[in-house]
Parts: sequence; C-alpha cells; structure tokens
Amino acid sequence: MGTTWDAVVIGAGHNGLVTACYLARAGLRVCVVEKNDWVGGAAVSRELFPGFTYSNCSYVSSLFRPEIMRDLELPRHGLQILPYEGGAVFRKGGGYLAMFRDHDANRREFARHSPRDAEAYDRYARDVLRHCRFIRPLLMRTPPDPSSFRPRDIAELAWLGRQVAGLSERQIAQMIRFWTMSIADFLDEYFENPVIKAYLAVSAIIGTALGPMSPGSAYVLLHHYMGDVDGNIGAWGFARGGMGAITRALASSLRAAGGEILTGRGVERILVRGGRATGVVLQGGDEIRARRVVSNMDVKRTFLRHVEERELPEDFVRRVRSFRTRGSSGKLNIALDALPRFTALPEGAPMIRGDLHFTDSIERMERAYDDWKAGRFSRDPFQDCMIPTTIDPTMTPPGKHFMSCFVQYAPPRIAGRDWTDADRDAFGETCLNQIAEYAPGFRDLVLHVEVRTPRELEAEVGLTEGNIFQGELTFDQLLFNRPVPGYAQYRSPIRDLWMCGSSTHPGGGVMGAPGRNAAAEILREMKLPAGMSDAYAVL
Amino acid sequence: MNELLHFRTPLRTTPFHPRTAALNRLNRWSPWAGYTTALCYGDTAMEHSAIRNAASLYDLCPMVKYRITGPQAEAFLDRLTVRSVARLAPGAAQYTIWCDDEGRLLDDGTLFRHGPQDFLLTCQERHLPWLLDSAAGYDVAIADVTADVAALALQGPCAAWVLREAGFDVAALAPFRLADFPFDEDRITISRTGFTGDLGYELWMKPWQALPLWDLLMRAGAPRGLRPVGSEALDIARIEAGFLLTNADFVPADQAVREDRVRSPFELGLDWLIDWEKGHFTGRRALLAERDGGTSNWALVGLDVEGNISAAGSLLYLDRRHEAGHVTSACWSPTLKRSIALAQIRRPFDRIDRLWVEIYALRELQYAKLMMRVRPAPRPFFVHPRRRATPPGDW
Repeated sequence: MGTTWDAVVIGAGHNGLVTACYLARAGLRVCVVEKNDWVGGAAVSRELFPGFTYSNCSYVSSLFRPEIMRDLELPRHGLQILPYEGGAVFRKGGGYLAMFRDHDANRREFARHSPRDAEAYDRYARDVLRHCRFIRPLLMRTPPDPSSFRPRDIAELAWLGRQVAGLSERQIAQMIRFWTMSIADFLDEYFENPVIKAYLAVSAIIGTALGPMSPGSAYVLLHHYMGDVDGNIGAWGFARGGMGAITRALASSLRAAGGEILTGRGVERILVRGGRATGVVLQGGDEIRARRVVSNMDVKRTFLRHVEERELPEDFVRRVRSFRTRGSSGKLNIALDALPRFTALPEGAPMIRGDLHFTDSIERMERAYDDWKAGRFSRDPFQDCMIPTTIDPTMTPPGKHFMSCFVQYAPPRIAGRDWTDADRDAFGETCLNQIAEYAPGFRDLVLHVEVRTPRELEAEVGLTEGNIFQGELTFDQLLFNRPVPGYAQYRSPIRDLWMCGSSTHPGGGVMGAPGRNAAAEILREMKLPAGMSDAYAVL
Repeated sequence: MNELLHFRTPLRTTPFHPRTAALNRLNRWSPWAGYTTALCYGDTAMEHSAIRNAASLYDLCPMVKYRITGPQAEAFLDRLTVRSVARLAPGAAQYTIWCDDEGRLLDDGTLFRHGPQDFLLTCQERHLPWLLDSAAGYDVAIADVTADVAALALQGPCAAWVLREAGFDVAALAPFRLADFPFDEDRITISRTGFTGDLGYELWMKPWQALPLWDLLMRAGAPRGLRPVGSEALDIARIEAGFLLTNADFVPADQAVREDRVRSPFELGLDWLIDWEKGHFTGRRALLAERDGGTSNWALVGLDVEGNISAAGSLLYLDRRHEAGHVTSACWSPTLKRSIALAQIRRPFDRIDRLWVEIYALRELQYAKLMMRVRPAPRPFFVHPRRRATPPGDW
C-alpha cells in the first residue's frame, strides 16, 4: 500500500459510501476502509439464517435522497425502492386502528374511533407538511456558521433568513413551538382519541432517548416525515432485497467510478502529522496514506477513540464528550416459517403489509420510557414491526417471511452496568411474548431470531451507545450546532480530517444527505466541480 | 357491511347508486367526498343541454351536511358565518360563507333554516373540528348528517312541471325557500336552490326514500326528457352561473399548505355577503381592517375569452407580458356561445382592460400556444327570468 490516496473514508456505511462515490466521480482516488467483513454500516442486509435476508439495522426507507440515487445511478446498480401500505396499532384487549394510503379509507377508519379526529387529520397533515416544506431545503445545504464572516456563510445565513422571512409571524411562532415541544402536546392540539394519538406519536420517539411527553420529541416526528417515496411526502418504503440493497448499490456505483473498498480492515487510529490528517493506521499496523481522511464514524468514536487527544483543542473534546448519543432502541430480526395471523385483523387486511404496533396510548409509550430512565429495558415495550416479505419477494423462500421489529426502549447500559447475554435474551423474550399476545401461535413460527441491544449495535455497527442517529436529533444538536458549534461544516479542528456521518447535519436516518454535503464541501475546497443535482423542489 | 372491511371499498355508494349505476352507460365515476359519483352517464353535451332545455337529476348525496340545533343555534351561526342568520326566517335558505380569525375563507355553502332552532349547513369540505371548536360556549348540538340525508338536485326549465307531475305542488315556493311535502307515508323537504343558476329545486330525504323518489321523478319527467346528469355537465352549468367551486376557484384557508394561497371574501368577490351591522362574527376584525385599509391583494372576476377554446388552467398576462393572475374555472359555454372563465387576478390588474390569456390548445397531440384577449364580464354569465319567476312557468 505504498500509494497515497486522494481520500480515505473510514466506514462503509451509507454516508461514507455516498461521500466516496461523489469524490470518485469527481476524479479523486478514493479508498473506503470497513472494519466488518461486509459493507453497509446500519444499512445492511445479512443472511443469518439460510435463505433469509435480513434488514439487520435500519429497515425502511423514505429519507434517502432521490437526488443522490439519481446522481450516483443507484437504480442502474440495482437499487429499487418499494412503497408500502399503511399499518395498524393493535388495541390491548382487541380491535385496532389502521392507517391506509387511500385518503377516504383512512378517514373512515379514523372516524370509527373519532369522527372529529377523522376530519382533524387533514389539518394536522397540512401543518406537518408545512414544517416539512420549510426544513426540506435545509437538508442538502451546509449549515452556515453564524459566527463567521466568510462570504459564503453570510450568503447562507441570508438565505436562511429569507426562508424564515417568507413565513408569517404566526407560522414562525408555530415553527418554533413545533421544534421544541413534545409530540404529546402537539397531538393534543388536534386529536382527542388516545389510539389515534398513539399511532401518530410513533415517529417522534423512534431512535430517540425521549418519551412522547419530552419536549423536543415533535421535531423527531418531522425528521421521519420529511422524506418521500417518489414525491409522496411522508411515505415510507422498502429497499428491494433489504436495506443492504442501498449500500450494495452504492458500493457497486463506487467501484464503477474507480473507488476501492477494503473490508475486514478496522482503523486503529487516524494519522495526524503537523496538525494535518495524513492517513490511517489499520488494526494490525498497516498504514494507508491519504491526502484527506473522511470519517463516517460518529463524532465520539472518531475523535475520542481514533484521534490522539493532544491533537485536539480542549474545548472541542469537551463538546464532543457532551454530544448526546444515548441509545434508546433494540432490534429483533426474525425468520418466520409462515405469515403470522393477528387475531384482530380481518381476512385480506392490507395492514399486514405495513407497520404494526402494540402500544395503544401515549401513556403506555411514556411508561416504556420510564423504564429506560430507570436503566432497564421496557417491560411493556413499544415495537415497530414490519414484514417486508409481504411485498418483497426476494428476501426469503416463498411462503416464509422475515419480520423486523424495532424496539424501544433499551438503555445503553442496564442499571449502570454493561448488558449481558442474559439481559439480551430476556429483552428478546419480552418482545416475542408481546407479539404472541396479538398473534397466537407466533412463537411456533419462529425459525431464528437475531436480538440486538445497544451493546450489539455499538460493537458491530460502531454506533456509540447504540444511538442509531449518531447523536440525538434535538434542537440543541441540529443545524449549525451539529455535532459541535463551529464544526458543522463537515470539517474538524484537524486539517484534512472530515466528517460525513449522521453526527453531522442534517442527522440520522438512511438519508445520505450528510455524506453528500460532506463531499460537496471537500470538492468545493478543492475547487472541483461537484457533479451534484440541486435539491429537488418540494411538491 | 362490517365496518372493519371498508378497506375493500374505500368509496361509499350513495342511496341512489342502484339507479345511477344502471344508467351509467360509460361507467365513468369519480370520487367526491368519499363517495363514488357519476362524472358522465353517456354524453356530457346532452346532459348539459337537459339542464338548460328540459330537466335534469343530479345525485347530491356526497354534499357535506351538518345539522345544527339548539336554543343558541342562531346565535352560533351568526357568530360563525358572515351573513345575518337572525334575518333568515324558518323555511328559508341562504348562500353563505365562513372565515377563520384572519378573515380568510374556509368554505362556502348553503344554510337552510328548518325551524327557529333547527338548521342544516351544506358545503363541499369537512369542517367538524372547526364547527365544534367555534361552538364553545354556545348551547348547540352539531352533527354530521351527510350519510343520514339523501339529496337530489332537479334543475332545468321544466323542473317545476316535473315536480307537479310527481305530485308536489311547488308553485308557491320562491327562490331560497323550502317546504316539507308528504311522500311515501313520510315527508321530504324541497328547497328552491341549486348550482345551475336556472330554475331548479333540491330534494332532501331519508336514505330509504331515495329510490322510490328517484323512480317517481324519472317516470313523471319522462315526457319532458328528464335525464340524470353527471358532474361534468353540472360544472359547465355552474360556470355559466358564475358560482365558485371550493378547491377549484379557491383553496380553503385550513387546507392551504402555502400561506399565500388563502383568500379573503373581498378577494373572491364575496364581500357583499358580509353583514357589518349584526355584531361580531369570526374574522370580522381582520375583514374590517382589510376593508378600511384597502389591503386586498386579489380579485376574482368573470372573463369573456376571445376565440372558442376553453382557457382552463391558463395564466393571465397584462399586455401579453407581465403575469397578472390565473384562470380557476373555464369552459366553452354551449348556452351563451362564448368562451367564459373565472379568474383570480392580482390587484389592480383586475381594473386594467389590457389582459390576455395564454392558452395551450391541444391539437392532435400537439399543444398550440394561443395568446387571447380577455375582457371582464359580469357574473352570472347566464341569466334567465325563469330562475326567479314565482310561480314558476313551464318554460
């Protein structure tokens, strides 16, 4: 490895690969190093049971920017996004509330629970869409540094100002309230029915160490709503072949552009000479030299574990330490012998092809969060269950199914100590039992289960404390404060060491925007054309 | 049907569906407020012609209907809507509008007063949360009765004749009046209202009365060519009448995603409805400020369009160059033999007679760009004395 690369990217997650692809397409010689024997990071599909492909971490797609899919020709490299249909929350003691893609079916379903809420939903959806429209254009831009006087920062601040100035006073007030309030309070302003509120609150707690009554949770909902499938804002889909299909397509696109990927090569430390990053030292001692290093790892892992502290300003280190990456979730990946039968669902109900939940009130959700605060996993957890094989024929043998269960809450540590295998197994049992309550005979269908707690997420994917967003999505950790004030433009205190992961703006989810924006900054600094589509118009 | 299985048939059918489905030769349907309704039964031109020449039946069931009752129903509605409800006598109806606190239009509709404490509000969009929130502090009951009241529009020069043949003596019924009539061992309500600007009636009944009444009217009207009409024919008639259609000519304020889409009554030519003397109503303060400050930004106008191509969906230009507004509804009027349009125009361009419309005319798979002169035209475009004549003649 005597060559010097133009860029070495640490971590073959979706953002690392997006950055690498754009750099390689701009003519740079790019190498991606990945500690695992496979690519994907948290957008990964592995076959842990013969014939069954899992979406081991992330499990649905909406945020992944279509501009990136187009620029990097991902459909040509095998990526296909499939929209899915609605979902349902089961009620304790029988019955359910369903959500449908069809507006009229949805209104009738809501009206079964509350005629008033059925009509209120339109105003709610309108208001959330308004917030989406404001935030969407921010995703594909580098946040301005408000303390800088560089012309670009001033221009970007002015642009941001114009966005705000385009709103009425009332809407600015609404926006600031929305970005800071709890989802429970927000939903109370529209709805009366507890089940409807429970279904709609889901997106506000996913991946976040907040309860539905915690201030700041409403923004998290927006983060999950601002994506789209083919322009259908707020819609979610599956990647055909599992979420790993996204990173497989990215890897293929990268190789086609001349980039290289080294798997099974973890980084020991980032080489810094004279205040500049010059490459990485791999585990085992090999060095890779590069003119710049781009880290797809989260900000804590990058700077607290792979850079010597003496190379960093004290203030920066302190702020990285206090960047919140509290893990909150676990995951069950289940191979099923057949499609489970949920007692409450009528024959042929399309909800089986959507997201299924068992938490039928905000209070139950909040109580699940109470367990997290006490340092234990939720005894009555919230689960977001999906069976992508009801739509995707490629993941299992015919008639068999893969079920993905996202679970909250699971703390990074159990009562102050590390998770044990016994804790993990008990966590898995709790979740399986909850599903079986609504689908008798479910346990007999289970062929294999992969149970993942924050411990596994950290050990395998490298997410500090198992936080799936590489840092919480609260207002204090967004925009020019993400991950650290003064370092929101994908740069670090070390020259030529860049960040491109979800710790940076605009944050987590399989979005690719941090990776794209990082590549844009690198290329801008190199005065090379970026070859990127402008952000698409919203609606 | 098991209400859990609605996902199999997301659109409801109206109580007239057994008849309308049998008559819909083209099987052309479209969703309207959660119901399947006929766009056209067989020939839109023939159906429009029935509205202006003979008599027509139109299935109105999906129209959203709220029943508002109670000792303070009148006071509540006076607070909700901009017109005076106190002056609406039992047995009368009025076209009305209501606004949000900023004086932006939420919807228009027709308010029927069945008794001192009994009202029916019909409209295009759903407003239950708004009505319930607005009713705080009033002793009223508000119920969505859309599915409980079946409705049929009987419109056209021979409409009164058809009703008389069917045994309903509506001779004394003046425009915007309603009365109950015995039918099938029960009663129905007939109002002299409609969306065609012509002589016409609307019939309000219980769902189980729907099919017998349909059959009776079709039999009685046969000698005069009564025929069912779909929404396409009705839309031409309502444009000729110059009536606004919600979500075609304006976006209701509570649905607008873009804040610059909302409109005030002044901006839609509906300010004549406002009763400034009746006391407070929702939006009054904002509307007063708009009136006194002259701060309206838009005007809704009727336009006479040069040539014979419909200007639907077109942009308007001042002096062929500067964008001045857009057409919201338009058609070639078979009755008037001219091209007519409703348009939103940015003030003060509505007062400048130098407007043009850019029409993309589809000619054998190619669009031809036309720049046509438009001139302001008074609404309604179509007026006929038979609309108001009481007793109605047999035209």
